[in-house]
Amino acid sequence: MFLQRFLALLSTRNKEFLRDRSSVGWNIIMPVMVVVGFALIFSGDFADQYKVGVLQAPDSQARAIDAIKPFLQTRYIEFIEINDLERAKVKVQRHQLDMLIDTPNQRYWINNESPKGYLVEKVMLATLAEPLEKQTVSGQEIRYVDWVIPGILSMNIMFSALFGVGYVIVRYRKNGMLKRLKATPVTAYEYLSAQIVSRLILIMIITIFIFYGTNFFIGYAMYGSHLSLFLVFALGAMSMISLGLVVAARITSEETAGGLLNLISWPMMFLSGVWFSLEGTNPMMQHLAEVFPLTHLTTAARAIMIDGAGLLDVFYHLAVLMVQTIVFLIISALAFRWE
Amino acid sequence: MQAPLLEIRDIVKHYPKVKAVNGVSFALQAGTCFGLLGPNGAGKTTTVEILEGMHAPTAGEVLYKGQPVGNRFRSEAGIMFQSTALQDFITVRETLEMFAHLYPHNADLDDLIQRCNLSAYLDQDNRQLSGGQRQRLLLAIALVNDPDMIFLDEPTTGLDPQSRRNFWDLIESIKAQGKTILLTTHYMDEAYVLCDEIAIMDHGKIIAQGTPKELLAAHFNDVILQLPETDITDSNSLPYPIHKRKGMIEITTSDVNQTIEELMSLKISLAHLQIRSRNLDDLFLELTGKELRG
Repeated sequence: MFLQRFLALLSTRNKEFLRDRSSVGWNIIMPVMVVVGFALIFSGDFADQYKVGVLQAPDSQARAIDAIKPFLQTRYIEFIEINDLERAKVKVQRHQLDMLIDTPNQRYWINNESPKGYLVEKVMLATLAEPLEKQTVSGQEIRYVDWVIPGILSMNIMFSALFGVGYVIVRYRKNGMLKRLKATPVTAYEYLSAQIVSRLILIMIITIFIFYGTNFFIGYAMYGSHLSLFLVFALGAMSMISLGLVVAARITSEETAGGLLNLISWPMMFLSGVWFSLEGTNPMMQHLAEVFPLTHLTTAARAIMIDGAGLLDVFYHLAVLMVQTIVFLIISALAFRWE
Repeated sequence: MQAPLLEIRDIVKHYPKVKAVNGVSFALQAGTCFGLLGPNGAGKTTTVEILEGMHAPTAGEVLYKGQPVGNRFRSEAGIMFQSTALQDFITVRETLEMFAHLYPHNADLDDLIQRCNLSAYLDQDNRQLSGGQRQRLLLAIALVNDPDMIFLDEPTTGLDPQSRRNFWDLIESIKAQGKTILLTTHYMDEAYVLCDEIAIMDHGKIIAQGTPKELLAAHFNDVILQLPETDITDSNSLPYPIHKRKGMIEITTSDVNQTIEELMSLKISLAHLQIRSRNLDDLFLELTGKELRG
């Protein structure tokens, strides 16, 4: 009986969404436009600043530190402290760093295919008395559009989940549809499950459609497994849908729900690393960003797409999303009211 | 006497600032139509929603087939609320099918569609239904599980006279199947036509209860004579209290023959005389002392 009721509610909700052309159109056209717009506007590099990663030497190696000091004083180059040499090398491969200096071993890496790497190397050679040992890597550039696409897809999932579930349930409550369902043998558990699954299916179909559709025209970086990426998207969508259910658990006014959903989604959109990297930002902001499901969704999706990470590499983010989903579901189930 | 299908005993419902229902008891015999009447704010919707199992009472109990209301009741009751939104972009047929799938036992859908006169609109989007079509669909939804007990909360409010009559026929046909109905309404003619028994509520209490005829007989032993004002040159000379309304003079009397004789003796023309019995509207106003609200 559960399955019969669940499927009846699921299929009706799917039909309702798919026949609402303006809603479907908005869910597809908006993210496509954002992706294409960013591809056109930011078709080049991240920014016009040179970035050099520096692996620091312990104080005991004063000579090594002194050797590169003149170069470190060059203006208009940003020197970033590096702790993990192997990760930094990948960044040189992806053109995210123009050069990498291994201070203790007096070595440096540049990317053979990077014009900016070539220029930074010329500057360094001109400033240092003793040249360092040259190492090269090669690899295609990661453009800003490659970097930002996982964030845009994640952001789209967030909006679709929060508003598609939160707003819709509040509307049903306000217009008496939920009250009518309460008068049937349907349980809150059956009703909410149908809403979650319906929205999850729709989000995944739309996200996969946008992913392949825009990739066909733009051709952005995808170094990881497609299956892992979609699993991350599904888990992220679940956490956002559950958060939408928490918002929709009791509110009876669409205005209040809309305001609350905006209050949740806008800070997430700007502070979850969708548009710019959180590396080097205020530590307070980084701690705050840890709370947002969108941070974990974006970071995990980005790691898979541009770093080729596997599920184990992003396990921490998946675990956080899972815990958040469970917590949000419990809160919404306990707080849910039909009327 | 047969045990009632649904019974409420001393129902009380208090909200923080309002005492909505103050000790209401009544019983519905199987196969009858029970009308709950009352002005807005009288507590009838709260009472009905407690009966429907939508709200728990502060005190008192609701018994269905002799047992406290439980899960079984949800499957065997059909409810038509005062206002229910239907899902947009879904057709009449799909709406009925969805609700049918929510119950373990269903009425024959084709028969239901036929009876509620929905055949012509089956593939129409819910948004495109007229007021009457919409109410018939909501009634069909209430009947989709072939319920024993049916709640109709102001089902004809806002309908045109034709749709109202059509709806009454539908309710009569449901009654003819032996179903039990609880009807709330503001229309006294509707209650008179459809209900076997009525209860009038005000201030959270039942102030009168019985069959419509019993109630009228118990409260009124008079009739109203109506004459056009133009037929009476000096209304002050009439030896009765009179009431003027819309160009007519109304005389309330318990002895029609004597009053007519007196009017004739005063040389008043009786060519346009109308005699009206007291109706439920009069009773309602007499008991609640208020104009109908809503």
